[in-house]
Amino acid sequence: MNSLIEINNLSTYFESGAGTVKAVDDISFRIREGETVCIVGESGCGKSITAMSIMGLVDEPHGKVVGGQIRFGDKDLLKISKEEMRRIRGNDISIIFQEPMSSLNPVITIGRQIMEPLMLHQKLNKKQAYARALELIELVGISRAEQIAASYPHQLSGGMLQRIMIAIAISCGPKLLIADEPTTALDVTIQAQVLETLRQSKEQSNMSIMLITHDLGVVAEMADYVIVMYAGKIVEEGDVEELFERPKHPYTRGLLKSKPIIGQRAEQLYSIPGQVPSPLELTESCYFHDRCESCIPICRIRQPKLSEVAAGHLAACWLYEEEAEA
Amino acid sequence: MSIPTTAGRPEKAIRALDVSDSLWRQSIRQLRKNKLAVAGFAFIAFMFLICFIGPLFSPYADGKINPANMHQPPSAKHWLGTDLLGRDVLTRLLQAGRISLTVGLASMALSMTIGTVLGIVSGYYRGVVDQIIMRVADLLFTIPGLPILFIMGALMSDWKIPTDYRLYLVMLMLSIIGWPGVARLVRSQMLTLREREYMQAADVLGLSDKRKLFRHLLPNVFPLLIVIATLSIGGAILSESALSFFGLGVMPPTPTWGNMIDAANNVIDFEKRPWLWIPPGLAIFLTVIAINIFGDGLRDVLDPKQNTSR
Ligand SMILES: Nc1ncnc2c1ncn2[C@@H]1O[C@H](COP(=O)(O)OP(=O)(O)O)[C@@H](O)[C@H]1O
Ligand SMILES: [Mg+2]
Repeated sequence: MNSLIEINNLSTYFESGAGTVKAVDDISFRIREGETVCIVGESGCGKSITAMSIMGLVDEPHGKVVGGQIRFGDKDLLKISKEEMRRIRGNDISIIFQEPMSSLNPVITIGRQIMEPLMLHQKLNKKQAYARALELIELVGISRAEQIAASYPHQLSGGMLQRIMIAIAISCGPKLLIADEPTTALDVTIQAQVLETLRQSKEQSNMSIMLITHDLGVVAEMADYVIVMYAGKIVEEGDVEELFERPKHPYTRGLLKSKPIIGQRAEQLYSIPGQVPSPLELTESCYFHDRCESCIPICRIRQPKLSEVAAGHLAACWLYEEEAEA
Repeated sequence: MSIPTTAGRPEKAIRALDVSDSLWRQSIRQLRKNKLAVAGFAFIAFMFLICFIGPLFSPYADGKINPANMHQPPSAKHWLGTDLLGRDVLTRLLQAGRISLTVGLASMALSMTIGTVLGIVSGYYRGVVDQIIMRVADLLFTIPGLPILFIMGALMSDWKIPTDYRLYLVMLMLSIIGWPGVARLVRSQMLTLREREYMQAADVLGLSDKRKLFRHLLPNVFPLLIVIATLSIGGAILSESALSFFGLGVMPPTPTWGNMIDAANNVIDFEKRPWLWIPPGLAIFLTVIAINIFGDGLRDVLDPKQNTSR
């Protein structure tokens, strides 16, 4: 499969009064056509900022993409003009957020909000856009499309709104859909419906999905490829089966251990001790060392590099570097 | 993606999507429950109606001067008496109402337009543009409105502006002092609205600035605008009256409620001929009160900050 988007050495920093926050620190990955890549990690590890960097919507002036390359087709998204980027947004790459309730304008009807990108990017006229909007509403599994189109966001439930967000996001047939914790704010039963909607829309158009989540259940269900982030860096990545069956990095193992398994009742649910280090206190060490069960001396001194631990499986951990050396 | 099918989608359904249609209906229903506001609205409507239609039925609408008939007290022939030049006071009162209401409406429309556009631009783009607009607004704010109006009015008299034009200049003057208040309110709304997640979502869709400003943000400040607009009509009528009362606004023979009272500003008229000044005074008072009551009612219904229950 061809790669659709390639992120090379992307770094996004925030300047705050107390110093520089390396929200995204020199990460590289790629997403192939039709592939679903999941980005997992605890909250604050830079997942959303990675997404916003791709969209070119990092909050200026505090935040800035300080380096790297985002290759999309024959373009580098970090180099193209604002106007060009605006035309890509919502058309070639679209994104949905965690909070569907607040992502829709409260005083504009659902129908209009779906029609807007269609009229803008696809140059449809009002009538065509309306017809397409109704199709899209039905496509994401909501019946009574005409009635829904005429209603306002406050009249619909969270799950419905998230599906409307998906309808808007896929309306122009994007090549990449970024979903930033799309189910986190929803009830469990609704979550499944929304994921199903995502999966179906993907099947119909062969788009790629970059799915951000901290829920490993969602990963298991959706992902082809998994990227684990910790404190702004990628610590492990690989195909979903490989990664779930043979996790290498102690952080990934911890995440997997802390996932409740249906039918198995643990005495106490495991949780990784400690918490994500403050981004201002990061030193040359492995960022995870003080929470790591297998910490060895070198972990406190130098940072491990992301390297291949098995075919198509990368991890950044000294445990495997030494194995490789030995 | 497939070419959309357009078959069988009624036009009506598309029209039903127009912004806030049902929100309006909802608000109007709520407004109807407020008796005072309904009364205020009824009075305003009544005022407009008789001012614009009434003079058509008056035998004295030509405003001919008839010194022989001067200072007649109210009678069956002249319901509100006659003035110094023998003109029918009721007819002049209604003709004045036309001017006063028009001045109120027009200067409101002008100051709302200027204030809204500048406020939106200021609040959305911030930076240098914002600084310039807001400092000008501050400047106009620091000098109280009436003195500015007096200075401008005096300048107009000094430059011997023809009376026909003074009416339009007065509207312009009123909007010059009116827009900063509107701009400030709209700007402050913009500052909070632009940070809303749905504006980020609009960014994400690649919408242009123009679309974001006027399609997404403007509808959100609409309720606020309607309330300010209503209340500012009252303010404009009052200011115009004050100006005309001091002989600095619209000049006779064009009647306004303000210069009608001015025409009666001596002790004899005040004591002996109340029909000259009570009717225009009452007209100003009642109209402005009615507008304010109606505006308050509107605010209760439309202002999202005061109305969280909906
Ligand atoms: N506007 C901002 N200003 C300063 N720091 C920020 C800002 N937004 C995000 N960050 C920092 O960037 C880091 C990554 O944030 P984010 O990508 O939102 O995490 P998550 O993985 O939970 O999505 C966080 O540690 C946060 O402190
Ligand atoms: Mg996030």
